[in-house]
Amino acid sequence: MDGERRASQALSSGLPEGGAGGESPGDGGPVPGSSGSSALLQAEVLDLDEDEDDLEVFSKDASLMDMNSFSPMMPTSPLSMINQVKFEDEPDLKDLFITVDEPESHVTTVETFITYRIITKTSRGEFDSSEFEVRRRYQDFLWLKGKLEDAHPTLIIPPLPEKFIVKGMVERFNDDFIETRRKALQKFLNRIADHPTLTFNEDFKVFLTAQTWELSSHKKQGPGLLSRMGQTVRAVAWSMRGVKSRPEEFMEMNNFIEMFSQKINLIDKISQRIYKEEREYFDEMKEYGPVHILWSATEEDLVDTLKSVASCVDKCCKATEKRMSGLSEALLPVVHEYVLYSEILMGVMKRRDQIQAELDSKVEALTSKKADTDLLTEEIGKLEDKVECANNALKADWERWKQNMQNDIKSAFTDMAEENIHYYEQGARGSCLTWNSQIPVL
Amino acid sequence: MEQAPPDPERRLQPAPLEPLGHPDAGLEAVVGEEVEGARDEGSGDGTMTENNFWLKKIEISVSEAEKRTGRNAMNMQETYTAYLIETRSVEHIDGQSVLTDSLWRRYSEFELLRNYLLVYYPHVVVPPLPEKRAEFVWHKLSADNMDPDFVERRRIGLENFLLRVASHPILCRDKIFYLFLTQEGNWKETVNETGFQLKADSRLKALNATFRVKNPDKRFTELKHYSDELQSVISHLLRVRARVADRLYGVYKVHGNYGRVFSEWSAIEKEMGDGLQSAGHHMDVYASSIDDILEDEEHYADQLKEYLFYAEALRAVCRKHELMQYDLEMAAQDLASKKQQCEELATGTVRTFSLKGMTTKLFGQETPEQREARIKVLEEQINEGEQQLKSKNLEGREFVKNAWADIERFKEQKNRDLKEALISYAVMQISMCKKGIQVWTNAKECFSKM
Repeated sequence: MDGERRASQALSSGLPEGGAGGESPGDGGPVPGSSGSSALLQAEVLDLDEDEDDLEVFSKDASLMDMNSFSPMMPTSPLSMINQVKFEDEPDLKDLFITVDEPESHVTTVETFITYRIITKTSRGEFDSSEFEVRRRYQDFLWLKGKLEDAHPTLIIPPLPEKFIVKGMVERFNDDFIETRRKALQKFLNRIADHPTLTFNEDFKVFLTAQTWELSSHKKQGPGLLSRMGQTVRAVAWSMRGVKSRPEEFMEMNNFIEMFSQKINLIDKISQRIYKEEREYFDEMKEYGPVHILWSATEEDLVDTLKSVASCVDKCCKATEKRMSGLSEALLPVVHEYVLYSEILMGVMKRRDQIQAELDSKVEALTSKKADTDLLTEEIGKLEDKVECANNALKADWERWKQNMQNDIKSAFTDMAEENIHYYEQGARGSCLTWNSQIPVL
Repeated sequence: MEQAPPDPERRLQPAPLEPLGHPDAGLEAVVGEEVEGARDEGSGDGTMTENNFWLKKIEISVSEAEKRTGRNAMNMQETYTAYLIETRSVEHIDGQSVLTDSLWRRYSEFELLRNYLLVYYPHVVVPPLPEKRAEFVWHKLSADNMDPDFVERRRIGLENFLLRVASHPILCRDKIFYLFLTQEGNWKETVNETGFQLKADSRLKALNATFRVKNPDKRFTELKHYSDELQSVISHLLRVRARVADRLYGVYKVHGNYGRVFSEWSAIEKEMGDGLQSAGHHMDVYASSIDDILEDEEHYADQLKEYLFYAEALRAVCRKHELMQYDLEMAAQDLASKKQQCEELATGTVRTFSLKGMTTKLFGQETPEQREARIKVLEEQINEGEQQLKSKNLEGREFVKNAWADIERFKEQKNRDLKEALISYAVMQISMCKKGIQVWTNAKECFSKM
C-alpha cells in the first residue's frame, strides 16, 4: 500500500517536463539534450497511466529494496527508487538520488538544533564521487533556497517546510514534527533534483556534497549582507509602483494563482478538520466496544450477540486508525505543500513584475530624456533581455508546475478515496464475517 | 392489596365478536411503522395463544400527533401534544379492518394509565412509557419536547407501549385499559374513581421495608441487582453511542465542504475541472448520507431505552415483594410477641419487659378477673393474628408465584427483543459501509479522471 502511494507521488513529481532550459544569467550553463530526451520521456510516461503498471514495475525490484535500511550501498528512498525504476529504459536521465534521514539533536552552549543526514547518489560526471553523505540543519536549507531564488528569480522554487508550526506545539522538537519536517525536506531536495534547470545549480551541488566546514566558508562568499539589503529595498520600491503593463498571459496567471491560493488553503483547512474529527471519532469508539463486553457479563443469553457487536466495533476502530494514518501520509502533506507553493507563486509573480518595472522605469527615463541617452539605451537593451529571459523561464516553469500540480492533486485525492473505500470494505467484510453464523440473511 | 386474578369487575365485557386469534395477528401498526419487539410477542408460544388476550381481534395504532393549546389545572395557558389513538377490529373473513374507536390522548393520560396499572398489578412487569424528556441526545438532536423528530419518536414509543399492554396476558383484560382506548370523555374521572391513588403504597413505606426486611426471596434480591446493572450498562452504552454519533456526524459533514470548494476550484481549471466538479458532487452525497444513517440509529437507541426503563419496572415488582415480605415478618413478629405475653400472663412469669409488668410491680398485682379478661383479649387477638398470618402467607406465596411467572415471560421477551435490536444494529452498520464504498468508488473514479 505504501509503495503504491509513493509510486503515484513520484509519478507526478519526477517528471522533467519538456521546456526550454531557462538560461538565466549566472547559471551553470544550459542543460544539453534535455529537451529532446524529455519529450521522449513524456511519451513513455503517458503510456504508463494505469496503477497496475507502476505496481508491477515496482515489485520487480522489491527484492532489492529494503525499506528500512539506510545503508549507502543502494538507493534506499522509495521515492528515488521509483524514479529510477520508472525510467528503466533510460537510466541516464535520472541520475541524482537524494535521501534525508537520521535526525540528530545537537546541543551547544548557545543553542540546540537538529541535523539531518543527506545521502546523495549520482552518476554525473561533474560530481567528484558517486556517493556523498553530509549533515545539514534547517538553516542550511534556508540558505540554499535563498541562493536558488537569487539565481532564478522567476523560477518556481519548491517550498520548504515551515520554521515553526504555530498552533498546538508544545516543544519545537517533538517526534511528529521532526518526522513531518524530514519528509518535507526530502521532498524539497528531490523536487530540485528533478527540475531541469535547478538541478545543475552550483550551490545545490555544494549543499549536497560539501562537508560542514566547507559549506560554512562557501556561504561566506557571494554578495554581502549590505548588498542583499540594498536589493530588498529596491525590490520594495519597484513593487510600490504597481503593475501597469503586465502582459495578458501573466494577468491570467496571476488570477489563477490568487484563486488557486484561496482554494488550496480552504482544502488544507478542510482536510485538517477531517483528520481532527476522525481522531475524535476514534477516541469515542475505543470506549464503545468494551461497553458491550461489560454488558455481556450480566446477560447469559446475549453473550454471543454482544460479543459480536463489540468485535465489529473494535474492527471499525482499527480501520479508522488506518484511515487516519493514510490521510496524514498521503493527503495532508501534499495539500500543505501546495499551500506553501501558492505563496511561492505569488512571490515569483512579484519578482517578475519587479524585473519588468525596472525596465519600465528606465524606458520612462529615456522618454523624458532625464539622463544620458546612450547609457540608458544600453541599459535598456540589457534589461529587455533580462525581462524576456525571466518571462520565458517563468512561462516554461509554470507549465511544468501546473502539470505536476494536477498530477499530485489527482494522486492525493485518488489515494484518499482509495483509503476510504478500503476503510468501508474492512467494515463490511469484518461485520459479515463476525455475524455470518447468526444472521442467515447475510 | 390486589393480586392476580384481577378483580372481576375490571375484566373486559365479553364482546359479541369472534373469539381470539393469535395475538400477533391483531397487533399490526396501521401506519406501517415498525413496532420494536411487540411483534414477536407470543410468536410460537402455545400457552399464550390459549389465553385469549382480547375477546376480539384488534389493531391499535397511535397514528398522529398534534399540537394543542389549552388551560391547565392552574388555569394557565399551556401547549401540549395530543396523540390520536385508533383502534381497529380485524374482520376475520375478508381481512379488512374496521375503525372502531378513535380518540385523542396526551402524555399525562398515558402516565395516569400506567400508574393505575402499577397499583393494581404489582406482580406484573408493567411496560414503560417512552421518556418524558429527551435524554442522551447528541448535539444535532433537539432536546426540545416540541421538536417534530422528538414528537415522532415519542408517538412510536407510545404506540409500542399500548401494544405491549394489549399483548400482555393479564393487563390486556383490564377494563380501565379498554376504556382508555374507547372512552374519550370522562376517562380520567373513571380512573380516579377507582381510588387507586389511595391504594398505592407510599414510597416511604416501601423504602422502610427494603431496608428492614430480613428474609426476602433470594431470587428477588438477585433480580434487583440485575436490574441495577442493566440500567447502569444501558445508560453507559447510550451515552457513548450518542458521543460516537456526534463525532460521526462531524466527519461526514465536513466532507461536504469539499463539494463546495471543488466546485469553485473547477471554474479555473481546464483539464481538472470536470473531475473536480463531479467529485465534489459525490462529496455532497456522502455528507448528506449521514442524516438517514443517524435517524435509523436513533430508533435503535429507542429500543435500548425501552429496556433501560424496564429496569425500573422490574425494581417495582421487587419492591412489592419486599413490602409484602416485611409485612408478613412484622405480622409474625407481632403474633409471636402476643403469644408470649399470653403465656406469661397465664403462668404468672414475667420474662419480657412490659409496661404492665412494671406497673404491676409498682402498684401491686391486678386481680385474677382482670388477668382473665386480658388473657381472653389476647387469645382473640392471637386467633385473629393467626388467621391473618395464614392469609398473608398465602398472598405472599401467590404473589411470588405470579410475579415470577411474569418475570420469566419478561426475560424471554427481553432476550428476543435485544437480540433482534443488536442484530439490526449490525445490519445498519453493514449497510452504512456499503453506502460508503459506493460513494467513494464513484468519487475515486472522478478523481482519477482529473
